[in-house]
Amino acid sequence: MQLESMYQEIILDHYRRPLHAGLRDPFDAQVHHVNPTCGDEVTLRVTLKDADGEPAVADVSYEALGCSISQASASMMTDLIIGKPVSEAMDVSAEFLRLMQSRGEAEPDEDLLGDAVAFEGVSKYPARIKCALLGWMAWKDATARALAERGDTPAPGTQAEADDDSGEQT
Amino acid sequence: MTAPDQIMTTAGEPVRAGGTGPALDVAAIRADFPILSRTVRGGKPLVYLDSANTSQKPSQVIDTLTEFYEQHNANIHRATHELGEEATAAYEGARIKVAQFIGAADETEVVFAKNVSEAINLVAYSLGNATAAAGALGLREGDEIVITEMEHHSNIVPWQLLCERTGARLRWFGVTEDGRLDLSRADELINPKTRLVSVAHQSNVLGTVNPVAEIAARAHAVGALVLADAAQSAPHGQVDVRTLGADLVGFTGHKMCGPTGIGVLWGRRELLEQLPPFLGGGEMIESVWMDHSTFAPPPHKFEAGTMPIAQAVGLGAAIDYLTAVGPDRVQAHEQELLRHALPALAEIDGLRILGPAEAIDRGGAISFTVAGVHPHDLSQVLDDRGVAIRAGHHCAWPLHRAFGVQASSRASFYLYNTHDEVDALVDGIRYAQKFFGVA
Repeated sequence: MQLESMYQEIILDHYRRPLHAGLRDPFDAQVHHVNPTCGDEVTLRVTLKDADGEPAVADVSYEALGCSISQASASMMTDLIIGKPVSEAMDVSAEFLRLMQSRGEAEPDEDLLGDAVAFEGVSKYPARIKCALLGWMAWKDATARALAERGDTPAPGTQAEADDDSGEQT
Repeated sequence: MTAPDQIMTTAGEPVRAGGTGPALDVAAIRADFPILSRTVRGGKPLVYLDSANTSQKPSQVIDTLTEFYEQHNANIHRATHELGEEATAAYEGARIKVAQFIGAADETEVVFAKNVSEAINLVAYSLGNATAAAGALGLREGDEIVITEMEHHSNIVPWQLLCERTGARLRWFGVTEDGRLDLSRADELINPKTRLVSVAHQSNVLGTVNPVAEIAARAHAVGALVLADAAQSAPHGQVDVRTLGADLVGFTGHKMCGPTGIGVLWGRRELLEQLPPFLGGGEMIESVWMDHSTFAPPPHKFEAGTMPIAQAVGLGAAIDYLTAVGPDRVQAHEQELLRHALPALAEIDGLRILGPAEAIDRGGAISFTVAGVHPHDLSQVLDDRGVAIRAGHHCAWPLHRAFGVQASSRASFYLYNTHDEVDALVDGIRYAQKFFGVA
């Protein structure tokens, strides 16, 4: 059945018990992203730290209102990227974007994406891709702002891509 | 309006579902809509419950479009050849059909636009142009425009923009808990400063049918104009401009068995004469000099450039179709589906209907939320079972905020829907609750 290919158990698990949820202080940048087609929204905070001379993700906290796909995606994302250097986290983000734009044709890199490979089924449904990307785009936007605050140069492509699929930003 | 016994499409085919009997023959109607016999999502029969979004099209309309392009295609009002004469006659013939369908004084009161959004924007920009020219209909700082909280974005945003351009103030009626307009402050909201009241005839989310005539009486008493957004009511043949009370009415073809890209703005003749043009260009002029122009009389004053000709002709065929079926029977059928659906939905634990829970003064759209199942997830589960509904805020974000919900699911019925399809919806919702572990 096609439904199970989208709503894999691991996705439903994250939806029911989202990881790292809630907004935490202190933070370096906060963004609010909206999916204007359905009204789903996420408020997301990023805290950066220094790790061996490069910026790393100290914490990502969020409050999300939305469907199971957007909530599970935000949950998995935070679990994947908290603790990673920003540059590595951006690689994960790029791979996730590639997966979501693949219409189910990608062979996702499981080393990078971990449980998030389960979103392969979602990529077959064009109407749901934005749901899956909402949290990721918010994170990229917040990270770009946090890096700019610190005087660091945003990672290549960060801002341009963040505008691509993130919907309205307020 | 009485339905003729049998309407012929321009293709010369009788409308198969025609006749004047008491009840709608749904099986015969369904046979007119080719798309209803296709399957979706791996062989499941299509259960189309999204007609408030866009309706499906009967073969009478599809054939008319094909026949127009195959036999009569030419530009209108300017081609000096036989095809041009035929195309012009078909286009202007469609205007006459629209006029008769809504009880207009004559066809010069019928302006074609691409949809309701354009029809409303036409009025808003025309009023803005009147303001810039200090014309009689122009707005002044402190003037007020009144809308309602249950409007579609297309009856909110154009007025916000007009207010920004003119310094007028936007005000609105709120909505009661049971999904009706809160008219308790009507005398304060509609006052001598009010210049225009724009209100949905039927809510696209709640299904509520609003008392336009009552609101219009109040508005006219203070000298304000009234626009009715009839996008959701015209498809059911409920628009009679002689009794509706509005000065301007907008509706769109694609929600009433017609093609996309064609809509209607009806206006009282003397008002259309007063309103300045919206879009300038070919065919809307009387004379053009290098420094100024004079304009054609309405409706052509508002139809710049080559119009969606085939689509207008297709809308005419859709009106023929609905007229032959009989608007009264379309409405009766939808009310019957509502009386079946509302209690069946209300029985589902955790399901909350937004809007009137009884089939009184409400049309065939039902929006609802299901505790623990996001509307997007619900529509996905239903889609997997072949049931097409809409999920989201349905272009009525402020209304959803008023109800304290982020989004909702909407099932909407039309003349081709059946009891079995309502049951498929109910079964699908129960299945979704199990799937997401909330029942």
